[in-house]
Amino acid sequence: MLAMIRKEFRQVRRDRRTLAMLVLMPIVLLLVFGYAASFDVSEIPSGVYGPDADRFAERLPDVFAVEVVDPGGDRETAIDALVAAEAHVAFVADGGSVTALVDGAELFMAQSAVQVLTKAREALPALEHEVLFNPGLDTSAVLVPGLAGLIVVFVGTLVTSMSVVREREAGTLEQLAVMPFRPRDVFVGKIAPYFLVATVDIVAVMIVGTLVFDVPFNGSLAPLALGTLLFLFVALGVGVLISSMSENQAQAIQLALMTTLPQVMLSGIIFPLSSMAPGVRWIGYLLPLTYFNQVAKGVMLRGAGILDVLGPMVLLAVLGIAIFGVATVRFSRQLRPAKAVA
Amino acid sequence: MSWGLDGVGVRLGDATALDDVTITVEPRAITAVVGGDGAGKTTAARVLVGLTPASSGRVRRPASIGYQPESSGVWRDLTVTENLQLVAGAHGVRSGEAARRIGELLDATDLTAARDRLGGRLSGGMRQKLGVAMALLPDPDLLVLDEPTTGLDPVSRLELWAFLARTVESGTAVLLTTTYYDEAARASSIVALDDGRVLATGPLERVLGAMPGAVFEVGSGGGPRSWRRRGRWRLWSPDGTAPPGSTPVDPDLADAVIAAALARREAA
Repeated sequence: MLAMIRKEFRQVRRDRRTLAMLVLMPIVLLLVFGYAASFDVSEIPSGVYGPDADRFAERLPDVFAVEVVDPGGDRETAIDALVAAEAHVAFVADGGSVTALVDGAELFMAQSAVQVLTKAREALPALEHEVLFNPGLDTSAVLVPGLAGLIVVFVGTLVTSMSVVREREAGTLEQLAVMPFRPRDVFVGKIAPYFLVATVDIVAVMIVGTLVFDVPFNGSLAPLALGTLLFLFVALGVGVLISSMSENQAQAIQLALMTTLPQVMLSGIIFPLSSMAPGVRWIGYLLPLTYFNQVAKGVMLRGAGILDVLGPMVLLAVLGIAIFGVATVRFSRQLRPAKAVA
Repeated sequence: MSWGLDGVGVRLGDATALDDVTITVEPRAITAVVGGDGAGKTTAARVLVGLTPASSGRVRRPASIGYQPESSGVWRDLTVTENLQLVAGAHGVRSGEAARRIGELLDATDLTAARDRLGGRLSGGMRQKLGVAMALLPDPDLLVLDEPTTGLDPVSRLELWAFLARTVESGTAVLLTTTYYDEAARASSIVALDDGRVLATGPLERVLGAMPGAVFEVGSGGGPRSWRRRGRWRLWSPDGTAPPGSTPVDPDLADAVIAAALARREAA
């Protein structure tokens, strides 16, 4: 038995990546997720619109971080700000009454806002509130768009990376390298089926979400399709990038998990980004799922148009170009090492 | 037109995998690269097909190369026909021509009955033959096979060699690597590698003729200059002097390569 234990220790010691994952990852994950795992909302980005905007903005409780004060605005302007996610609570102060429009797509923020607004009515009897986009504050409505993205991450990253590594392990990647394929033929050929599978997955999740869980679909299909397309490219690019850094399927799974887990915890699907400590919040802004979640929730729940979600779309495109570019270069280099020096 | 490596060196990290290796592969001929594990056979094959870059020297390769890696290169989750169709598609062979060529190759390799079987469900010999058929499908000028017979039973090895003999008749130049000396001896030309260097090269007669010293059969062995063949001890004599009680033997390729390796090590 001692010989067996010694052999196992030797193998673990030589597999440095696994060792690092076993020893360092729990500490890193605890620190990162410890600071990220918070439902407490300390600040709600808000806007105040209408003739009494200036006066009313000064009387709001501190939790409402007023970023826009627009005396020329009205209810329509306020809703536009919510749709574009410029504010998550928009106050319309027009003379005698004040209506707080609450963005129901941001569940925890909306719950906190409703709580504070209900209490604030004691001091401000004219203050009414109205929850938009997800009036019942249903959890499923908020989670389903993010879950769709998570499935794409799973298919795109994990399955794609394993498929490429399996080809390398079987020795058939060499066979492809000798065939008169251009590296991009192999690259596109490898990811095409997963692109299709992920697309079918995401459509199925959206259909089930809307039909079974009554998730509203207030926007149009085009911006969601574009956002999904960009996100798919990023996810598949990450998958190929991981495969180019992995010698075997076990390493690919480890790396895929290391990229997937932070996306689950830090992309805003579960914990609101604004509730995270600033030290870990920036990690969330580097993750593609953060931006897909913003696009999907924006389009499905808020009815956002393409211009309303242009910011996250552009960031997804930038991430896609960067990751896909690096993945293509690494993959091509590995596929044609001799031609690179010819 | 011949293909091959001219004075090629390959460094993999700190190690020298090939050192000034020259291999010439002629059309209508089989060139065998023979050597033990770590001799540099696979590296030489990979350099020739372009998978491993040469650190020095020149590589002469045609545009059309068929390659079978050591692992057979067969997709285990595709059927025999699908594997061949993939190669045909990669080389842009039109469907009618592809079907004709696939039929020919299936017949030639005796795989017609297994055409719908998955690559992973073939026997080792059948899989190697499929690998060779895939490498041959585009009718390449140069066919490079990395240890195609390793692990095969004697009958499968004979069948594969018969198939290769028919292949070179059409003008294809074939280079194969092997650890089997009896097999390499059947080739038109032999390149014996040891520790990344060429020990001997040329047709069998030339390799045997260039053998340093002489080989004798002796009653007992165990020294650095002795080895066992067919249950008997053989001894290499650098200056050809017969040891007492020994019988001179007519050396074969294995004897000649072992003698050349011993001579090189003693000179180093």
